[in-house]
Amino acid sequence: MSGTEKIQALAGRVPDQAVSDRQKRFVGLSDRFIAWLFIAPTMFLLLAINIFPLIWAIRLSFTGFMANLPNPARFIGIDNYVDILTDEDIWQHFQVTAHFVLWTIALQVLIGFGLALLINQKFRGHSFWTTLILLPMMLSPAVVGNFWTLLFQPQIGPFNYFIGFFAQVAPSSFTMIGSVDLAPWTIVIVNTWMWTPYVMLICLAGLRSIPDYIYEAAEVDRASAWRQFWTITLPMVLPFLMLSVLFQAIQSFEMFDMVNLLTSGGPGSTTELVSITLKRAAFEKWETGYASALAVILFVTIFGAANIYVKVLNKVKQQ
Amino acid sequence: MSEALAPRPFSEPSPLARWLAAMVVVTYAVVSLLPLAWIGATAFKSQSDAIAYPPKVFFTPTLEGFVDLFTVQTRQPHDFIAKLPPPSSWYEKIARDRDMVIAGPSRVVERFLNSLIIGFGSTILATFLGTLTAYAFSRFKVPFADDLMFFILSTRMMPPIAVAVPIYMMYRYLGLYDTRIGMILLYTAVNVSLAVWLLKGFIDEIPREYEEAALIDGYTRLQAFRKVVLPQAVTGIAATAIFCLIFSWNEYAFDLLLSNGQAQTMPPFIPFIIGEGGQNWPAVAAGTTLFLVPIVIFTIALRKHLLRGITFGAVRK
Repeated sequence: MSGTEKIQALAGRVPDQAVSDRQKRFVGLSDRFIAWLFIAPTMFLLLAINIFPLIWAIRLSFTGFMANLPNPARFIGIDNYVDILTDEDIWQHFQVTAHFVLWTIALQVLIGFGLALLINQKFRGHSFWTTLILLPMMLSPAVVGNFWTLLFQPQIGPFNYFIGFFAQVAPSSFTMIGSVDLAPWTIVIVNTWMWTPYVMLICLAGLRSIPDYIYEAAEVDRASAWRQFWTITLPMVLPFLMLSVLFQAIQSFEMFDMVNLLTSGGPGSTTELVSITLKRAAFEKWETGYASALAVILFVTIFGAANIYVKVLNKVKQQ
Repeated sequence: MSEALAPRPFSEPSPLARWLAAMVVVTYAVVSLLPLAWIGATAFKSQSDAIAYPPKVFFTPTLEGFVDLFTVQTRQPHDFIAKLPPPSSWYEKIARDRDMVIAGPSRVVERFLNSLIIGFGSTILATFLGTLTAYAFSRFKVPFADDLMFFILSTRMMPPIAVAVPIYMMYRYLGLYDTRIGMILLYTAVNVSLAVWLLKGFIDEIPREYEEAALIDGYTRLQAFRKVVLPQAVTGIAATAIFCLIFSWNEYAFDLLLSNGQAQTMPPFIPFIIGEGGQNWPAVAAGTTLFLVPIVIFTIALRKHLLRGITFGAVRK
């Protein structure tokens, strides 16, 4: 082999290595750069589609703007907020919403926690039945609201027959959706049907997180089953239960889909939740400024709840 | 001492308690699934069976509902139908038997397609962005990390109706109103918060040592991310993607308010499947059944990760 060949080979290799070194410095981005590169697109999207509209809504809430008219937005100060907070109808819608939230959560907690305790007895096939029970919460609330209108039909729907059979009343003697007294219960029933599995699943996780030795120790101390429930089971499951309650409270407070299709707020305004009022003001009456103020009030309430939610969430995580 | 007299460990409930618990749980499961069974059955009923009084539990199954769902039909006089050439397909025959003539396909296929395109589009985008962001939060020291994570979560808490008005105006201005791309971006924005929170949990669980070993072996950060972390996170990414897909599939409020036909998905469409005089219940039930079947399959596939998914990764098993 001649010397020149060797030199050529060496010469050929040296620039190569230099390039790969340079590439390495180029490709090996600093961690800080990568962190921001990875976070920025998500933040940009959230700012553009969540925060920007929110700020816009806050601005509009101080105007008498109507989105269906060409007139420019006119600044009217806090008039919208004063209108909303002094409007008895709005308070009534908040009451309807509170009634809905409280009842649906009470029922979900009772039934959900009860089911979780029973499933925790670990009978044969319990995981199969658990999966079946979970199905309703995964479905589309809108589609659920729509098909429950068929089930609630006074004559052709099966719900009245089911109740009539167990309560020994004539199935056609009452209507669920059309009645001022019963309609608020229809949305409670459907929401409870849908979301009880949610509370159940989280409670089940809570029950399974309790180590057996605690019960064994209680057994040694001859604590009754009743006492064990109140001093061990309940306090240990409580953070989980609270987590599910907070999440469900937020969810039912901003409930729109299911109720819009099941009762659309009627009859009269007996099932008109705040979100339905908001949709009517914004997209039917086109009172954009007024609707924006209502949206801000709704958002502030939920944001407060979310804040508490995260604190509970962190507590649960620590356990 | 015989075995029977030995105290039973607490974690083992008595057989009777177990049996009672099983009975109650099974009863609840059966009763809570009755509404779904009823809708599934209604999909196979004839129009008159669907609105029979009293409601019918036993009936002769028919595909009328599905034919009605997928076609537009017109009612014709009996002797006109008698003069027509014989029906060329089974679905034409079903229509003809009720004095109906099929005029063409209905819009349901378009709506289903919209649901699929918007669902998968937003899922892919949200999972992609979510994976990157979750990795950054999991592995790097990001200033104000907790606040940023809370910010990301709080966007999910925002009720759709509250931001719908400004988004409506913004979309009108940008020409995104009633477009698939507009809906994909919107659903991505809603889903990305869930994706970040879930994936951060999954990535946190992958030991850092694997990556550090790869870095020492001369991998760059990005190579280590692609070749070491991603393969480890595949299950988590898949579970997250299915959660995003289910959300997009089920979403109603945004699509109702921000689309007007072109980008309409199934949930706002199903309630408006109308026959002659009111809702055509077998067709509505057929559409609902087709719409819900994928969710049922996904729920069963996801059952191990459901708890994480519904609590934003706060509770794990």
